Amino acid sequence: MSISRHGLSIRTLRRAVACALLGAAGSLYAQPGVRLGLIYGEGGKRPGIYVLPIAGPSGDSIRSIVMRDLDFGDRVTVLPRATALASPAGRAPIDYAAAARLGINGVIQVAIVGAGATLTLYDVAGKRVLQQKTLALPGVANALTWRSAVHGVSDLCEEWISGERGIASTKLAYVFDGRIWLIDSDGANATPVTAAGRALSPAWHPNGQSLVYTALEPAGSAIHIADLRGGGRRVVPPSGLNISPVFNPDGFSIAYAHGDDFGTELYVVGAIGGTPRRISIGRGSDNTSPTFSPDGRRIAFTSGRSGRPDVYIADEDGTNVDQLAALSSAGQAYRSSPDWSPDGRAIVFQSQFDGRFQAMLITLRDRSVTRLTNDGANEDPAWAPDSRHVVVSSTRSGARQLWVIDTETARARQVTVSAGARLAAWSPRLQK
Amino acid sequence: MRRRIVGAVLMVLSVSLAACRKKPVAIDPVPVKPSTVAGIDDEAARRLREREQEVRDSLARVQANQVSLAGTADAAALRAALEAPILFEYDAADMTEAGRAVLDAKLPILRTNTVVRIRVSGHTDARGSDEYNLALGLRRAASTRKYLADRGIAAARIDVVSFGEERPVTSGEDDAAFMKNRRAEFEILSGGESLRVPPK
Repeated sequence: MSISRHGLSIRTLRRAVACALLGAAGSLYAQPGVRLGLIYGEGGKRPGIYVLPIAGPSGDSIRSIVMRDLDFGDRVTVLPRATALASPAGRAPIDYAAAARLGINGVIQVAIVGAGATLTLYDVAGKRVLQQKTLALPGVANALTWRSAVHGVSDLCEEWISGERGIASTKLAYVFDGRIWLIDSDGANATPVTAAGRALSPAWHPNGQSLVYTALEPAGSAIHIADLRGGGRRVVPPSGLNISPVFNPDGFSIAYAHGDDFGTELYVVGAIGGTPRRISIGRGSDNTSPTFSPDGRRIAFTSGRSGRPDVYIADEDGTNVDQLAALSSAGQAYRSSPDWSPDGRAIVFQSQFDGRFQAMLITLRDRSVTRLTNDGANEDPAWAPDSRHVVVSSTRSGARQLWVIDTETARARQVTVSAGARLAAWSPRLQK
Repeated sequence: MRRRIVGAVLMVLSVSLAACRKKPVAIDPVPVKPSTVAGIDDEAARRLREREQEVRDSLARVQANQVSLAGTADAAALRAALEAPILFEYDAADMTEAGRAVLDAKLPILRTNTVVRIRVSGHTDARGSDEYNLALGLRRAASTRKYLADRGIAAARIDVVSFGEERPVTSGEDDAAFMKNRRAEFEILSGGESLRVPPK
């Protein structure tokens, strides 16, 4: 490891000046936990990042995956091959002047060493190594663990550059063809989790190792847990309707909707089983699709209590129920399917316009509502662990597919290729 | 079956007519008391009685078949009436007038055949949230059960289940397709093998 050491005061001063000159997010300074030594772009733009060609038989694959992961993160601009940069892989120093001329603010170098790789981030403006680390790179190229380790490289780079760890090491669980499937966040490795049958509404355990879901059987619906290492068990038997389960953020209990002759209400049950406790009082209406705040103290859910489906927010025990969005804000006919952001600041939901749903975002601080989608019908919005990207089930390409939307830039990219994907849930970061 | 009997009778007759010339065994399968046939020994008489019984049995089987064929037609109609689905208005779970008529037709069959148990499944069209539609489907199934229970059918004989928008009968995004999918379906769980026609 070789990180230059400067006097803190000089560095602070230089950064403050740089921030002022570049007009970059000076507010970064006010945020707690910001590490000094990020990569900034010019004039408030995103930093331009170049990944040096990587030597070795799997070098090209690693480079492709890292470049794509950084691009999908929407925090940097990934610059294409810049032959003028010249410096051969594995040999410092970088030609900083050439990099600066090409608009490159940061350079990533990966040197494969045995069963690992040394990762180096160069700061072009500072003409120095900003970060360096050696990571394990297990397995044969393109094997699942190897690919997962490469995603870890991308996520670490993004943390070094922007201060925010990337989400390349995450997966989406979703419903396709009657089963629960998993897919890597970059669209690779679509794999079924449940046996053939009819499964719905997957939701992740906070440790990323199991899913809770609805099993729709001929005699009724049941709540099951699938352990992603193999096996599973039933939590709630198919007596009455039992649907839309989610784990409490502490992982120890499950909230779900249970329906009988009198309506559908929300219940909480221990993840290892036990007596369910009712938490909603719908007075004969239908209440479904609970989502927890990250501290587990509040829930948002869909309810028909006003006569038409709308989204409500309440304390975890069901008290203090409040309508989430004022009726005057966009789309009043049918609102449903909330998902609470991992940082607690916003909720996404769907709202019907001209008979089609669109994804909406409401900021909890001031209850201001933003519409996230316009193209086709867009349903089942769900947050990524970075509280910035959202996955939706969209018909914008013709068939129903999963698309990821960046709530800051509105950039949209397609994830699945099999028509009919829906009800996606985003895993937590699977590599720390 | 009848033709076969007649054919058999004719064949036996012709054989017996032919046999009359050659052998002392006379076979006349049309019911005739053995005592009225002159000149036949005991063995022949026994065989004649056997033949008579065979014909009677065949005729009896034919008659029985005809009765059960008629019973099958009735049973099929009863089953169809029990399984007939009902449709719903958009976002609603209460009975339409047409729905009430279909349900009223099931009532006498269920009252007469008290061992019959059915399962009502509620379905929705594809509009609306996938999850909320499961609750709406249940509401449709439950209100159907209530309609029947309010009119004397024990609720314990009726299971309810919801499939939401998960099992459409028709794909398509026009109003006609939506209408066909907003329904309650009926499945006979037990007691459907020998349905009896309700008394008039």
